[in-house]
Amino acid sequence: LIDARGRGTLASPLEESAVKTRISAMAEWFDIDGERPRLIGSRCRRCRTYFFPRESFACRNPRCQASELEDVPLSTTGTLWSFTDNHYAPPAPYVSPDPFQPYAIAAVELATRRWSSSGRWPPASRSSARRRDEDGSRRRRALLDDQHEYVVWKWRPAAGGGRS
Amino acid sequence: MKRQEVAILGVGMHPWGKWGRNFVEYGVKAAQDALKDAGLGWSDVQLVSGGETIRNGYPGFIAGAAFAQALGWTGARVTSCYGACAAGAQAISVARAQILAGLCDVALVVGADTTPKGFFAPQAGERGTDPDWLRFRLLGATNPVYFALYARRRMALYGATDRDFAKVKVKNARHGLANPNARYRKAVTEDEVLASPMVSDPLRLLEICATSDGGAALVLSSMEYARKRTTKPITITAVSTVTPRYPSSIIEMPNFATDSAAAVAPPDLSFRDSIAAAAYAEAGIGAQDVNVAEVYDLSSALELDWYENIGLCRPGEAEKLLNDGVTTIGGRVPVNPSGGLACFGEAIPRRRSRRSASSPGSSAARRRDGRWKTRRSACP
Repeated sequence: LIDARGRGTLASPLEESAVKTRISAMAEWFDIDGERPRLIGSRCRRCRTYFFPRESFACRNPRCQASELEDVPLSTTGTLWSFTDNHYAPPAPYVSPDPFQPYAIAAVELATRRWSSSGRWPPASRSSARRRDEDGSRRRRALLDDQHEYVVWKWRPAAGGGRS
Repeated sequence: MKRQEVAILGVGMHPWGKWGRNFVEYGVKAAQDALKDAGLGWSDVQLVSGGETIRNGYPGFIAGAAFAQALGWTGARVTSCYGACAAGAQAISVARAQILAGLCDVALVVGADTTPKGFFAPQAGERGTDPDWLRFRLLGATNPVYFALYARRRMALYGATDRDFAKVKVKNARHGLANPNARYRKAVTEDEVLASPMVSDPLRLLEICATSDGGAALVLSSMEYARKRTTKPITITAVSTVTPRYPSSIIEMPNFATDSAAAVAPPDLSFRDSIAAAAYAEAGIGAQDVNVAEVYDLSSALELDWYENIGLCRPGEAEKLLNDGVTTIGGRVPVNPSGGLACFGEAIPRRRSRRSASSPGSSAARRRDGRWKTRRSACP
């Protein structure tokens, strides 16, 4: 396990390569199309603060409240804030392997000065997600098939570990 | 802000457990007991303020009306609050505000819930924009996962141990032994706590509150009305229902992340600190004036965080307070003398109602001297 002050880095889901094609379970938040996996957040164009998950219509800094936000990739490294191993299967809509596998969840302070939580997620064979279309409307995008595996972000200890 | 008080004339509860019945039944029983305790009849009530429980379908969405209908329509005013864990406090807050505004003299606050077995779960369906749904779907981040993140953080920052956490459960289990409304009335040892199955490391089964059914009710009145009935009314001097200040730096359910501190430095007080600070400011007292506290022990470890959040000690000193017996009945500031959620379990809209209902009646001494402060209003 990672030391409570240890460094972490975003793991690549492609490392655990499988026959199935891997697809982000939440493409708006988590991009795996490029060379490296990235969490996608928003940045306010006026006050330059960050949001995760994305904010689309208003900056939540009460002294700013600008409405122009842009998507930005978030830092892929950070410092572990806390973590837990979950030993009981959560209820739906969690998609659990059978038999259930315990998993870890970590809260990581990103280098962009924010906390974020993330966790391992067992591969799901049946899932769905939504994505934002260009016109801003929401449309359900079926992700259910036998060729794909839907993944979420995970963290791993940074090379060399170390303390911050 | 002008200091203003309302009186608690009566309290009532439905025992907590896994009864599997309609939540309205629990609420009605609690209400009837509260009215009896107050020496009033249902027709004396001018406002019904319901703490909502949306998991129980339409009657849950309109809990105030659901309770009023079950008690028999009398033409009383009605309001319903759904604020998740804060629903009880909000229901009390609304009733208090209406009394202070002179819109009514007597208000009945009722909260009740029927809970599922095991973990609380989000609303059903495909809810791709609901963070509560998404946290289960994407991360499997159950409520105990969040409790565990706080507990592990406490270990890293202050050197808290598994045994410290277990001692909280042992204390609260002992406190609950004498409470007829508690679901669990069984003493446990540290070793038994530590031998219970690990749920979300470092928290074990006996350290995480169970989901429970139950109900709690309060009869509140104006001070003028109360003084006609008693010379020493118990009063509510503050109800804190504040929101965090941006940027809030502790991850909270159901969020995936905290606010970023990139543009604005975090406030001096954490969110939980600020809840207590607002209550103290409104009541015109400080932590040193507190004689007893009911805090929100969703987990054993979280009770220790609350000692610090409400100012009973400085950060990092909660374990010492616990181990010195300060927070045990007989100590300087007993915490969760009712047995807490450790003995009751968790039922969402009734938590604050229960906290208000459990403490005033639990000590005749406090009732007599009339100096009991609504500590629990400061604490989720």
